[in-house]
Amino acid sequence: MAADTGDDHSFGRISRSKDVAFEYLTLAATLVGIVALGILFVYVTRDAVGWLDWQFLTSPPHPDPYEAGFYPALVGSIFLMIVIALVTFPLGVGAAVYLEEYAGDGPVERFVRINIANLAGVPSVVYGLLGLGLFVTLLDIGYGTLLVAGFTVSLLVLPIVIISAREAIRAVPDSRRQASYGMGATKWQTIRNVVLPEALPGIMTGTILALGRAIGETAPLIMIGAPTTVFGVPNSLFSKISAMPMQIYTWASYPDTAFQYGVVAAASVTLLVVLLSINSAAILVRNRYQ
Amino acid sequence: MARNVPDDGKPSRNERIDAAEASGETGGLIETSVTTEDSDEHSTPGRTIIESRGVDVFYDDVQALRGVDMEIPENRVTAMIGPSGCGKSTFLRTINRMNDLVDSARVEGELRFGGTNVYDEGVDPVALRRRIGMVFQSPNPFPKSIYDNAAYGLKVQDKTDDIDDRVERALRDAALWDEVQDRLDESGLELSGGQQQRLCIARAIAVDPDVLLMDEPASALDPVATSKVEDLIADLAEEYTVVIVTHNMQQAARISDKTAVFLTGGELVEFGDTNEIFENPEHDRVEDYITGKFG
Ligand SMILES: Nc1ncnc2c1ncn2[C@@H]1O[C@H](COP(=O)(O)OP(=O)(O)OP(=O)(O)O)[C@@H](O)[C@H]1O
Ligand SMILES: [Mg+2]
Repeated sequence: MAADTGDDHSFGRISRSKDVAFEYLTLAATLVGIVALGILFVYVTRDAVGWLDWQFLTSPPHPDPYEAGFYPALVGSIFLMIVIALVTFPLGVGAAVYLEEYAGDGPVERFVRINIANLAGVPSVVYGLLGLGLFVTLLDIGYGTLLVAGFTVSLLVLPIVIISAREAIRAVPDSRRQASYGMGATKWQTIRNVVLPEALPGIMTGTILALGRAIGETAPLIMIGAPTTVFGVPNSLFSKISAMPMQIYTWASYPDTAFQYGVVAAASVTLLVVLLSINSAAILVRNRYQ
Repeated sequence: MARNVPDDGKPSRNERIDAAEASGETGGLIETSVTTEDSDEHSTPGRTIIESRGVDVFYDDVQALRGVDMEIPENRVTAMIGPSGCGKSTFLRTINRMNDLVDSARVEGELRFGGTNVYDEGVDPVALRRRIGMVFQSPNPFPKSIYDNAAYGLKVQDKTDDIDDRVERALRDAALWDEVQDRLDESGLELSGGQQQRLCIARAIAVDPDVLLMDEPASALDPVATSKVEDLIADLAEEYTVVIVTHNMQQAARISDKTAVFLTGGELVEFGDTNEIFENPEHDRVEDYITGKFG
């Protein structure tokens, strides 16, 4: 009866205006970031048109903006990522396994756990300083080499890898460990056969995202004396390398506006595309195993 | 961590321990590989294989078990019943030292398996668990194939000879083979709850343990699956000593030879032949519990 008249107000009405206002407010908050990124992308891409081509990707840098290329920096960044992945994956997984599976709950362990989170927040310049002091001055591996750059940026992203690996390991249900111990497995067998296989997708996702963070780092490279411009591809761990953000920073300081706009834009788009591919790979890995 | 402290030294207890020691073979948990293979030949149905003397278990300061005395006979089914929180699971985990994994847990008293106190210093809990298998309250297969689930213990314990045969036999014994023989490569997680529980049973018996501890193995199952698991337990008792926790009185009455009744506070109030306990319990509290007046 009341239902089909439609305007039976016997219950009264409760105002929804705050509800609606709040909804739009949160929507706006969501959009700020995305819109800013979108605008950035559109502008950079527009400037890059005509500059970003095969020649740009396959040539070395050149004083003439029309001849300039990104190849050594692109390859340098990729080599750098490989070194960082090789260093941080085993160290990060090792530390995470220790902290989650072996370490007790004493004051020392708690101190370490808390401070790994703090390390993730240390500014990258400081890590650059550490790399300079440790790898260049103390161990004398050489200014701006692939190895020093790799080690330094590894230190920077290692806390991120450890934290995400710990989360992945903690997400393995305890009932699985119990099942394994109940079968007479040792701790190592349980970690090896049950915990790590199940945590691996999460660990890989975390590591890949950490690489995404690493690829954009410039400050530590400047600190360890990576050259501003490199004309060749690194051929050993001790070659001096450049990396994409380093090269972009250098070009942006050239007086020639053709560099400041066209070349820098082309390089930025390349960097963004590589970064987005890395992040998509992480998402793919995550979905694949869920 | 779990530590053994000698029991309080009442003469009656010590005498009984000595008697058990004299009659039973001494464990061999310290060098298990020697004794596991021929354990079947020496099995004597009905003889005490697990003996609990004054077992107290604490979680931090909370006492979960109080002075539990019990003799569990070989190749028989022993049921543990009692209201929720009375310490049944705790007792089960005390037998195969799964309580070692709980940081706050502490065990006092003696728990003898084949004559050896499993809390003695030289006993390796991993070796102990290889002889005392466990099936948990809720099915917990690994996210691995059905085959790899059933083979897990064999691989971990390095018993990889005839592994395919052993896996098949375990799955047959667990009454699961017919349902899974065509899809051994599929994930164990894709099975139904009842199938998963039978897979966990197969995983536990594949390694041929002496004792099988089952913590409410049928609690998550429908009546059909439950009766399959019950039939299975009856069969298993021919080869294994089965200790089973259940909340289902009828189930305990149907499948067990001995019944232990725990009541709130972690006390073992009554222990004896299942028939006697159900027909003629000594304590009123036990009678009330069994007939459903409380708990
Ligand atoms: N890991 C633990 N930490 C602290 N206390 C625990 C732990 N496990 C069990 N307890 C406590 O020990 C007591 C006995 O628990 P237990 O799990 O053995 O009971 P139960 O008889 O198996 O109960 P249910 O029938 O509900 O499974 C309970 O009071 C419980 O709160
Ligand atoms: Mg329980």
